[in-house]
Amino acid sequence: MSNLWGLYEYWISVLLMMTGFFIVIARQNLVQKIIGLNIFQISVFLLYITMGKVRGGTAPILLPSDADEVIVYSNPLPGVLILTAIVVGVATTAVGLALIVRIREAYGTIEEDEILLKDREP
Amino acid sequence: MILDHLPVLQIVVPLLAAPLCVLVRERALVLSCALAVCWSAFAGSLVLLAQTLKHRVITYEMGNWPAPYGIEYRLDSLNTLVLVFVTAMAALVLTYAPASVKHEIPRNRHYLFYATYLLCLTGLSGIAITGDLFNLFVFLEISSLSSYALISLGQHRRALLAAFQYLIMGTIGATFLLIGIGLIYQLTGSLNMSDIAAHLQTYSGPRTVVVAFAFVSVGLSIKMALFPLHRWLPNAYAYAPSVVSCFIAATSTKVSVYVLLRMVFTIFKPGFAFRTLQLDSGLMILSLLGIMATSFAAIYQDNLKRMLAYSSVSQIGYIVLGISLASPHGLTAAIVHMFNHALIKGGLFMCLGCFALRVGMPTLDKLQGISHRMPYTALAWSLGGLALIGVPLTAGFVGKWYLLLATFESNYWWVAIFILASSLLSLWYVWRVVEAIYFGEPPANSEEIKEAPWSMLIPLFVVILATFVFGIWTPFSAGLARDAASLLLEGTMTP
Repeated sequence: MSNLWGLYEYWISVLLMMTGFFIVIARQNLVQKIIGLNIFQISVFLLYITMGKVRGGTAPILLPSDADEVIVYSNPLPGVLILTAIVVGVATTAVGLALIVRIREAYGTIEEDEILLKDREP
Repeated sequence: MILDHLPVLQIVVPLLAAPLCVLVRERALVLSCALAVCWSAFAGSLVLLAQTLKHRVITYEMGNWPAPYGIEYRLDSLNTLVLVFVTAMAALVLTYAPASVKHEIPRNRHYLFYATYLLCLTGLSGIAITGDLFNLFVFLEISSLSSYALISLGQHRRALLAAFQYLIMGTIGATFLLIGIGLIYQLTGSLNMSDIAAHLQTYSGPRTVVVAFAFVSVGLSIKMALFPLHRWLPNAYAYAPSVVSCFIAATSTKVSVYVLLRMVFTIFKPGFAFRTLQLDSGLMILSLLGIMATSFAAIYQDNLKRMLAYSSVSQIGYIVLGISLASPHGLTAAIVHMFNHALIKGGLFMCLGCFALRVGMPTLDKLQGISHRMPYTALAWSLGGLALIGVPLTAGFVGKWYLLLATFESNYWWVAIFILASSLLSLWYVWRVVEAIYFGEPPANSEEIKEAPWSMLIPLFVVILATFVFGIWTPFSAGLARDAASLLLEGTMTP
C-alpha cells in the first residue's frame, strides 16, 4: 500500500495522460482536441520533472557552505529537457490553432463531424 | 577544417537559411538561396558517405563536449545512406519545384514555402545524423511541424483538415516517443544512443524496459504510417501541394523507419525485441495485412495522389516485413527498399505534379488520353510504374528480391505468396493509369494542354533514370545496405 502511495506523482501523471488522450479521441470540437493534446503533453512533462526530483534535494546551484555539510541536489537535466519539450508543445499548439482558424474560414465550423459532412457534399 | 565540421553543417546551414529566407522575402533570391542550400547539403552528404566508407564510423562532438555528456553526431553506413537519399530527394524536388509552386501556391506565400521546406530538410537530416535520443525527438518535431505547415498550403480546403488530423496523430506519436525516451533515461541516466546501448539491461532489467519499448515502437509506428495507424497519411499526401507530396512521400516515413531500426537493433537489441517480446511476429502480421489491405484500397482510388499514398503505406509494409524477418537478407531488403522506394515514389509523385500543372487535381477521368499531349510525362509514369511493381532491372526489384531470399531462408515461404500477390495488385493499379493515359478517349477541351516545362521534366527524368541505374548497378545501394545490415546485427547474437 505504501508503495502505491509513494508513487503518487506517477499516478497523477498517468491520470492526466489518459484524460488528455480521451479528450483527443472523444471530442469533435477541434479546439477541445488541441486542449486534450496539451493535457496529454503536459502529463509527460510532469513525468520527466518527477523523475528528476530527489526528495529533499535543492536546486543545483553551488552554495557557499561548510566543507562537511552534505547538500542533496535534484537532477537538473530532465527539467532542462522539458524546457525544450515545452517550446515544442507551444509550437504545436500554435500551428494547430492557426490551422483551426483557417479551417473555420474555409468551412464555417470547427466541429469535425460537420466538416466531414460538408466535404461529402459535392 | 571545414571537413571536420561537415556533420554539423548539414544541420546548421539549412536551419539558418530558413529564417534568412523569411527575412529576404524576394522570390528569386529565396529560391536561389534554398537551391544552393539543398544542393550543398547533398554534396556534403556525399562527402560524408565517402568518409564513412573509409572510416566506418564518424563522430562529431557538439561544442566539444565529450560524448555521453554532450550531444554526439554519429554516422555509420546506415544513417549516411538515409542522409544521402533525404538530401538527394530534397535537392532534386526543389529543382523541380518552381513551376509547380508558382502554379499551386499564392505568390505572396512563396518565401514561406521555401523557408518551411528548408526547415523540413533540417529536421529530417537531423534525425538521420544525431546520436542523441532527445535531440532526435526535437528534430522529429521540427520536421513534423514543418510538414503540417507545408501540407496545409494545398489548394483544396481538405488540405487543412488533413494537416490538422496529421498534427493530432503526429503529436500523439511524438509524445509516445518522448515518454519512451524519458523511461530509457530513467533506466540508464543517459541520452546518448551508443552509451545507452552499452548500459541498458534488457534481459534482467525491470519492467520499465518493456514499457519504454512499447511506447517507442507504437509512437514510431504512427509516424511511419504502419497499418493500421496509417489513417492520417492518404489525405495528407493527396491534398498537399504536389511538390510537398513528392518530398514528404519520398523521405519522411522512411526516416521514421530508420529510427525504428536504430531503436530495435542498436538500443533494445533484437534478442529482447524479437525473442522476448515477439515483436517480429506482430510486425509481420501487421505488415502483411497492411500490404494487402492498402494495395486493394489503392486499386479503388480515382484520385491518383491518394492511390500513390495507399501504395506508400503498402511499401512501408514491405520495409517492415524485411525488418520483422530479422535476418541479414531481410534487413538488407528493408534498407535497400527504403532507399529505392524513396526514388520510385518521389519520381511517381513528380509525374503527378506535372499532370497537376496542366489539369489540376490528377484524377483518372481528367487524364484520359493525355499521353498525346504530354508524351514525356506519360513515359516517365510508365517507367516509374514498372519500378513500383518491381520488374527486374528496376530498383523496385532489388528490394523484393532480397525479401524473397529472406523469406525462403527463414522458411516463411507463405509470406512470399503475399509478396507476389501484392505485386500483382500493384501491377493492376499502375496499369489502370497507363491504360487511361495511353488508350483513353481525350476529353473535348484537351487541345490547349501542353507538355510540362523542361525545368520539371529534367529532374523527373533524373529520378526515373536513377531507379533504373540502381536496379542494374546494385553494388552501391545493395552493398551499402548489406554493410548497414551487418552493422546492425553485429554482436546481437550473443545475449
